[in-house]
Amino acid sequence: MISYIVRRLLLAIPVLFGVVTLVFLSLRLMPGDPALIMAGEAAPQEVVERIRQQLGLDRPIIVQYGIYMARLFQGDLGESVRTRRTVSREIGVRFPATLELASASMVIAIVFGLFAGLVSATRQYSLVDYGTMVGALLGISIPVFWFGLMAMWVFSVQLGWFPVGGRGTLRHLVLPAITLGAMSTGMIARMTRSSMLEVMRQDYVRTARAKGLKESVVNVRHAMRNALIPVITVAGLQFGMLLGGSVLTETVFTWPGVGRLMIDSINNRDYPVVQGAVLLIALVFTAVNLLVDITYSVVDPRIRYD
Amino acid sequence: MTERKKSKIKQSRGAFYHAFKGLLRNRSALVGLMMVSVLAVVGILAPVLAPHDPLQRAMRERLTPPSSNHWLGQDELGRDILSRVIHGARISLTIGIVSVGVGMAIGMPWGLLSGFYGGKLDLITQRAIDILLAFPPIILVILVVTMIGPGLWNAMMVIGISTVPAYTRVVRGSTLSLRDMEYVQAARALGASDFRILLRHVLPNVLGPVVVLATLYTASAILTAAGLGFLGLGAQAPTPEWGAMLSRGREYLRVAPHVSAFPGLAIFLSVLGFNLLGDGLRDAIDPRLRGVS
Repeated sequence: MISYIVRRLLLAIPVLFGVVTLVFLSLRLMPGDPALIMAGEAAPQEVVERIRQQLGLDRPIIVQYGIYMARLFQGDLGESVRTRRTVSREIGVRFPATLELASASMVIAIVFGLFAGLVSATRQYSLVDYGTMVGALLGISIPVFWFGLMAMWVFSVQLGWFPVGGRGTLRHLVLPAITLGAMSTGMIARMTRSSMLEVMRQDYVRTARAKGLKESVVNVRHAMRNALIPVITVAGLQFGMLLGGSVLTETVFTWPGVGRLMIDSINNRDYPVVQGAVLLIALVFTAVNLLVDITYSVVDPRIRYD
Repeated sequence: MTERKKSKIKQSRGAFYHAFKGLLRNRSALVGLMMVSVLAVVGILAPVLAPHDPLQRAMRERLTPPSSNHWLGQDELGRDILSRVIHGARISLTIGIVSVGVGMAIGMPWGLLSGFYGGKLDLITQRAIDILLAFPPIILVILVVTMIGPGLWNAMMVIGISTVPAYTRVVRGSTLSLRDMEYVQAARALGASDFRILLRHVLPNVLGPVVVLATLYTASAILTAAGLGFLGLGAQAPTPEWGAMLSRGREYLRVAPHVSAFPGLAIFLSVLGFNLLGDGLRDAIDPRLRGVS
C-alpha cells in the first residue's frame, strides 16, 4: 500500500515539472515581443524596457528558466504588470472564492447525482429511470454560461429571489453553484446508475436477495458499497474540472474567483497573473487526481496489483 | 475479384451494418441523428435558408423582440437573430469537423505508434500525454489561445489539440491488445511490413471506439468553442458565432433576454444531438467505452 502511494507520488514529479515548464514556455513562445504586447503598442519605449527587464526577457532563455524555477520554489510567481502586487497575493485573495464555489457545486453534484443514479438503477426502464437519465443528459449538454444567464434572468431579474452577481451571502452562492454543478450532477448520476446496474447483476447480490434480505438492505448494504467505487473516481475528477470550469460561471455571475481574475488579466494583458492562475489550477487539478488515485487504491485493493 | 477478397468485403460491411442496425434500434440515438442532420442541413444551406443578411444592421430596430418579420427578434445592432443563428450553425459545424479532425489526425497515429512499438517511445509519449492531462481542458485551451491570439481558427486548432490525449489513450490501448493477436502475428510471419500491419490489420479494428469518441468530442468542441466565444477569446465580431452572440446579449439581459436565449438554445440543442448520437454509437459499437466521455 505504502509502496503504491510512494510510486504514485514519484510519478507525479515529472508531470508537475512538465506542467511548470509548459506554463513557463507559454509566455516565451508567444509570437512577437511579450513585453511590447503587455505594455501595448502605444506604450513608451522605457515602459516596454522596464517590463522586459522585470520579466528577465533580456537574458538567455535557459537563464530565465533557471530563475523562474528558483523563484517558484520560494513561492514567488512574479509581479502583476498592472497592479504591481505579487501574483501569489493576487491569486491568494481570489482562490478561496473559487474553492467555495467549486465545493458548493460538488456537494450539489454528489447529493443529487448519487440520489438520481440510485433511484434510476433500482427502477430500471421505468418512467422515473427515463426521466432521470434525460435530466442527466440535459445537464451534461447544457452550456454552463447559457444556463447561468437564463437562471439569472428567471430567478434574479424576474423573480428577484437571488442577487444578480457578486459574492457574500449564501444567496449569492445558490445560482452559481447550481449552474456550475449541473454538468457534474449529470455525470455522477449516469456513472452511479451504470455502476449500480453492473453490481446488481453480480452473484453475491443475488445471494443476498435469495437469503430473503429486504430489497433496501440488498441495495444499500450490498450493491451500493461496491457500486460507489467508480463513482469516487468520477466525483474526484469532476472536482478538478469544477476548479477549472469555474472560469465561465465566475464570468457570468461576476464571482470574484481565480477564473474571473484570469479572464480579467487576459483582457489587461497581465500575463504573469494569467500564468500564475493557470499554474495554480493545474497543480490543484494534479493533486486532486493523485488523491483520487490513492483513495481508489484504498477502497479497491485490486487496483494496486495492476 | 477473388473469393477471399469478396468475403472480406462482406465481413467489413457486416460489422458496420450491425453497428448501424444497433443505432437504428436505439430511439434516443435516432433523435440525436436527426438533430445532427438538421444542424448539418441548416449549416450547409445557411445562405439559402436565412431570411435576412446576418450582418445587416438596423439601428432603429435594435433589441426588438420576436415578430412575424424577425421570428427570433433583433440584436443590439438590429441584426436578424434567426439569420445569425442559421449562419452560426455553419460555424459550429466547421468547429466540430476541424477540431475533431485535428485531434484525430494527431492522436490516432500517435496512439498507433506508441501502442505498437512500445518501449521508450511509448514511455516518453505517455509522459507527454500525462502533462497535457494535468490541465483542465478549458484552462489549457485558454492558455494557448491567449498566447497565440484569439480567433475562430486558433480556437478550433487548440481545441483539437486538447483532445489529442483522449484519442491517443484509446487508440494506444486498443493497439496494445491487438498487436499480439494471432492474425497480426500471422501477417508478420507472411512478411507484411509494420506499416501494412498497422494500416490494414490494426487501424480498422480501432476505428470503432474512435468514431464514438469523435462524435462525443464534436459536442464538447462546440461547447468549448462557444465558451471561448463567450469569453471573447474565440470568434470575433461581427462573425455570427453562437457563443459570441450570447456574450454580447448578456449586457441586455434585463431588457432583451431573447438576444442571449436563442443562440444559447442553438448551442444546447447541437450539443445534445451529438451527445445522444455518441451515446447510441457507443452502445452499438463498443459498450466498454461507457464512462470515457
